[in-house]
Amino acid sequence: MSVESRNEANPGAEAGAGNAGIIAGTGAGVARTGADTSGAVAGVSGTTSARGGSGRSGRGPAWREAFTPRHLGETILTGYLPLLIALAVIVLPLVWMVIASFKPPGEIVTLTPTLWPQEPTADNYAAVADRVPLGRILLNSIIVTAVGSLIKVVLAITSAYALVFIKVRFKNIIFLGILVALMVPPEVALLPNYMTISALGGRNTLWGILLPGLGTAFGTFLLRQQFKTLPIDMLEAAELDGAGHWKKLWKIVVPVCAPAIATVALVTIVTEWNSFMWPLVITDTPENMTLPVGLNLLQSVEGQTGSYGYLMAGAVLVIVPVLIVFAALQRHIVSGLTQGAVK
Amino acid sequence: MKAALTPSEVQDPPAQKAARHRRGVREWATFLAFLAPNVLLILAFIYYPLASNIYYSMLDWRLGAASADFVGLKNYLTLFTSPTGLDMWRVTLIFTISTVVISMAIGLLLALVLNRNIPGRTFARTAVFSPYVLSGVGVGMVWNFIFDPQIGLLSHVFAFFGANSPDWYLDKNLALVMVIVVYIWKNLGYCAVVYLAGLQSIPKDLLEAAAIDHAGPVRRFFTISFPLLGPTTFFLIITTILSSMQAFDILRIMTPTGHGTNTIVFELFLQGFGVYQRAGYSAAISVVLFLALFIITTVQMRFVERKVHYA
Repeated sequence: MSVESRNEANPGAEAGAGNAGIIAGTGAGVARTGADTSGAVAGVSGTTSARGGSGRSGRGPAWREAFTPRHLGETILTGYLPLLIALAVIVLPLVWMVIASFKPPGEIVTLTPTLWPQEPTADNYAAVADRVPLGRILLNSIIVTAVGSLIKVVLAITSAYALVFIKVRFKNIIFLGILVALMVPPEVALLPNYMTISALGGRNTLWGILLPGLGTAFGTFLLRQQFKTLPIDMLEAAELDGAGHWKKLWKIVVPVCAPAIATVALVTIVTEWNSFMWPLVITDTPENMTLPVGLNLLQSVEGQTGSYGYLMAGAVLVIVPVLIVFAALQRHIVSGLTQGAVK
Repeated sequence: MKAALTPSEVQDPPAQKAARHRRGVREWATFLAFLAPNVLLILAFIYYPLASNIYYSMLDWRLGAASADFVGLKNYLTLFTSPTGLDMWRVTLIFTISTVVISMAIGLLLALVLNRNIPGRTFARTAVFSPYVLSGVGVGMVWNFIFDPQIGLLSHVFAFFGANSPDWYLDKNLALVMVIVVYIWKNLGYCAVVYLAGLQSIPKDLLEAAAIDHAGPVRRFFTISFPLLGPTTFFLIITTILSSMQAFDILRIMTPTGHGTNTIVFELFLQGFGVYQRAGYSAAISVVLFLALFIITTVQMRFVERKVHYA
């Protein structure tokens, strides 16, 4: 592939390049584009503006050129206009959701809707709690997400360590087995797993929701790639000091690869929180549902058109937490989810 | 593995051998302790289902029923020849091709815009990607409200132009268009961001050299950027086909019992766990789905290994 190797193996170098970019006046906008791209972008813009701005009389930041009278029309027409349209299409539905969740029914069933609620109310959220055991469902979702992610990440770390650093024969065959598992979509296992978990008595239990998803091929694969980039001398030095595998794993490998592990953890948390198909199949009593399944139930019991207020309140509960996490940690999540694209 | 040898070990090969053996056993024990839980889970909940699906797929079996009839390949025959089966393939094809082509086309255009050196693009990039991480259930509920023919946001837009909103939910074709639109909305950002990474890896000197030779932006795109994006395009085609074929959340929330929207995974669910409870048929769909996805992934791996360029 023409795309060159660039991953979060060198967060220090990347941050350095980013800072150089900011100091050179390139603007934070360019310097913090994200884990998968920022290294290259910040590096390039850093060097160009360093060259151009070596004297104080330089033309200033590179982007300023886009706003000179000669380029302004072009910048607006092919830059901001399409961006604004895209942003409107992306953001409007979400804004509409949040606003509608605070509207009383009368302002939803109307031919002349107003953007802003005339009489904002939190009744919709109370109404959701009336119809489904919301506290329990939220708690279930939090437990499933937290416990599931924790176990998956720990399993991914130990598995990847074993595959990279423990020298035994046949481990490549085991790795191949994990690689093939990566290609099996979870839907394919739906029916047999339903039979297995039902037979074990796991229907409508939290462990029944958790168990089939705990084996992690994705995390193992991703972390294995990361661990392979570690310099082997680092571990050999620790070995001479008498450190065993357990110690080497937690004292050296995990701290050094913390960014990659954070990426795997975040992607896992988001996926677990949104997970729908399996919990839908394995639970049918409201007290044992996770949030997406509870919302599915809410939607199916609320047939009439006036209920959109409650439904939007429900949607806010499942969407907004992820939006907040994403806004705060987007570079890790984006790089984790677009893994493989940039090799 | 070069621990210092004690003098006695150097002089005494059998003891050395025993020590090495002991260490080998210990390495294996650690290896198993680290890997076994994960491997056992993968075996029990990924590999075992693959095998048992093949058995289930040859049964005429209602989910939950104690007994089932062995029917051989009848379920597969139904899947490839009956009107229900063929309709599923038709819907899956329309859904997959339109979501893949449209998300990639718009994604590339967005990436070109995001690649421009203008302030605010980091925010735009984050915003464009954000629907990709959101719950499909939540997204489906929001769009149900937008598409509602009586009071949805879109119905107000139609009313503004003096038209009536079509009934998206009653007409099978419109229902399919609707879920395609929502699916593209949710997954567009993925294509845009992957294309953006591809664009940023194109050497700047190439584009600058072409600009000096008076190649306009359009010409530069078609003679330099697009050919060099070949591997990215290929990667995106594969990954978006894989995810479109696995679409479920939005379909289930917007058309709960399937109404012209029964793509392969949704049909797998409806047949097994919906009103029909035809578990054997559902298992047959699972087997075919796995084979299809496996072939697509293998093709991808072969091509990536050969490092193809389409320039």
